[in-house]
Amino acid sequence: MNMSVAEMTMTEDVDSEERNFKRGTPNTVLHIDDVHKSFAGLHALSDVDLEVREGETHAIIGPNGAGKSTLLNVCVGRLKPDLGAVVFNGQVLTGKSPHEINQLGVARVFQTPEVFPDLTVLENVMVPALSRRDGSFTLNPFRRFSSERAIREEAESVLESVGLQAQLTTHASNMSRGDKRRLELAMGLIQHPRLLLLDEPTAGMARHDTNATIDLLMKIKEGGMTKVIIEHDMHVVFSLADRISVLAGGRIIAQGTPDEVKNNPKVKEAYLGEEQV
Amino acid sequence: MLLVGFAVVILCLPVILQPVGANYPDLLQKFAIYGIFAIGFNILFGLTGYLSFGHAAFIGVGSYVSLWSFKLLTMNIVPAVIFAVLMAGLFALLIGYISLRRSGIYFSILTLAFAQMSYNVAYSVLTPITNGETGLQVRQIRESAETSLRDGDIRIIDQALGIQEVGVPITNLFGMKMSGYPGFYFCAVLLIICFFIAQRITRSNFGMMLKAIKSNQNRLNYTGIHTRPYLITAFVISGMYAGLAGSLLAVTDPIAGAERMQWTASGEVVLMTILGGAGTLVGPVLGAGLIKYAEQKVSSWNEGIISDFFSFLPEPMQNVAVELASLFVGEGWHLTLGLLFMVIVIFLPGGLMEGFRRISGAFKRTPSDPKPGETAAQPAE
Repeated sequence: MNMSVAEMTMTEDVDSEERNFKRGTPNTVLHIDDVHKSFAGLHALSDVDLEVREGETHAIIGPNGAGKSTLLNVCVGRLKPDLGAVVFNGQVLTGKSPHEINQLGVARVFQTPEVFPDLTVLENVMVPALSRRDGSFTLNPFRRFSSERAIREEAESVLESVGLQAQLTTHASNMSRGDKRRLELAMGLIQHPRLLLLDEPTAGMARHDTNATIDLLMKIKEGGMTKVIIEHDMHVVFSLADRISVLAGGRIIAQGTPDEVKNNPKVKEAYLGEEQV
Repeated sequence: MLLVGFAVVILCLPVILQPVGANYPDLLQKFAIYGIFAIGFNILFGLTGYLSFGHAAFIGVGSYVSLWSFKLLTMNIVPAVIFAVLMAGLFALLIGYISLRRSGIYFSILTLAFAQMSYNVAYSVLTPITNGETGLQVRQIRESAETSLRDGDIRIIDQALGIQEVGVPITNLFGMKMSGYPGFYFCAVLLIICFFIAQRITRSNFGMMLKAIKSNQNRLNYTGIHTRPYLITAFVISGMYAGLAGSLLAVTDPIAGAERMQWTASGEVVLMTILGGAGTLVGPVLGAGLIKYAEQKVSSWNEGIISDFFSFLPEPMQNVAVELASLFVGEGWHLTLGLLFMVIVIFLPGGLMEGFRRISGAFKRTPSDPKPGETAAQPAE
């Protein structure tokens, strides 16, 4: 018995509504299409239109309360937009549940590290690997977890790439915050997602940890994984991003390469100006 | 290894328990049956952390289904056990499907509501099936079609095979009578099989997903796992274990009453699991044994036994000691159980199994490890 939501949705016919959203450049991976979202009259997002291209690292920046996290939550199915839609590889994500979105190839790394505290580091990484291989629900209660050698070896190599190879049997609850972040990154990476969403991957990190994370993300970038990064730290953003979208007051006020954004007067006014003087 | 050790201990129970006076078949059967119940409950509660307060309902379903199999088909226990497990599984699917729409305390309340509903329905509306307060019993083959099925059995298969019955019919396994020690050994073998299955589930990929649900269900959803079917499966498996336990209660004593489904019975299995150690394999069986032992033994101790025990004291002190101690035995055995439970939850949150781990940890440390402080902290995790 093997029921995979990924398979089920693949075989479903793309209905006409979904085809209409398939516009934009041919190599668009993620298309956020005129999304509106308001909470009790407060417009958290209005008219947000954004395209993420294959293989690029797209940073979303903006002052506090600009709607960055809301936008990310709309992408992963935690929030449902009032208007508009999010399209990933020609499939509408709006209205899908978080596990379905993940099975389509969107992995998320949370701002406050979300791991499985009672499991070991190795198990923490093997679980997402099993999810990628076996789909959202597989009933095989007699397959021994300890016999999954291929998955285990893959998990070990991913953990080595984030620098956690010495802590394989540590319980995640006993790790430092920085290590938990690296663990969560490994949990995202092992799924080989087509799109990796990173919510402030360096928030609260010491400078040398931040630099290590930047190096790590650079390495992934060479692998060609498409990424969306939400970040406060301008050093991180300008080291990593191919393109930047600036969000302020729930609207996108500028979009372009790091240099274009740096020199945009609107951006200076809304964001860089107040923080970088 | 663990399985072999477990099997040996269970099969030798009649000898092992001789010193504590628990080596009579009735009690041994209860140990095995409630051991099965607790192992199954632990698959849900111990692995996923979902606390069900309604598992006694499945015990009831198992008992009633077995009784009807005895009344309608045959006194052979094989079909009774099979039907009971399947029906309990179906019933668990229904209750689990609805209750698992919620988590945490709301899930617990939903299961409790369902179990109480089942209990009350069994007492009132379903009297034609459950025989209400009197309880459902096996009877002799009825003489004429006018006698209701509650008062006279038909046992189609037994009659077709021409099996003669003398007096009140007795459950059997292909002719072997299922009372006394044979009954215990039948339950014990099933307990060992159930233990084996639970062990395989715990160590499987499926078991790992259940542990991940307990650890951080929300994260698991974002990892691409649809957690609800996993939870429903775990719920159904534990419901089937409970159905088996209910069926074995009917096998060893063919009468079924609705009080088996009351919430106190659901609460009892929670106590057993926590007392022994939730999430461990052996713990729930240990907890079940301890509670059933206390229920049978401590409740039968009277003032005579206690005054013998304190006879080394001078008379006035003996009287005071007897007065005090008698509060905790006989009718008051629940007081002992409650105190024991509080002590365990406060000082050993991992149950008796954590206690054993600490003791064995202390022994391992003494010869080799020079720094006791570090290792002492570990079993507490």
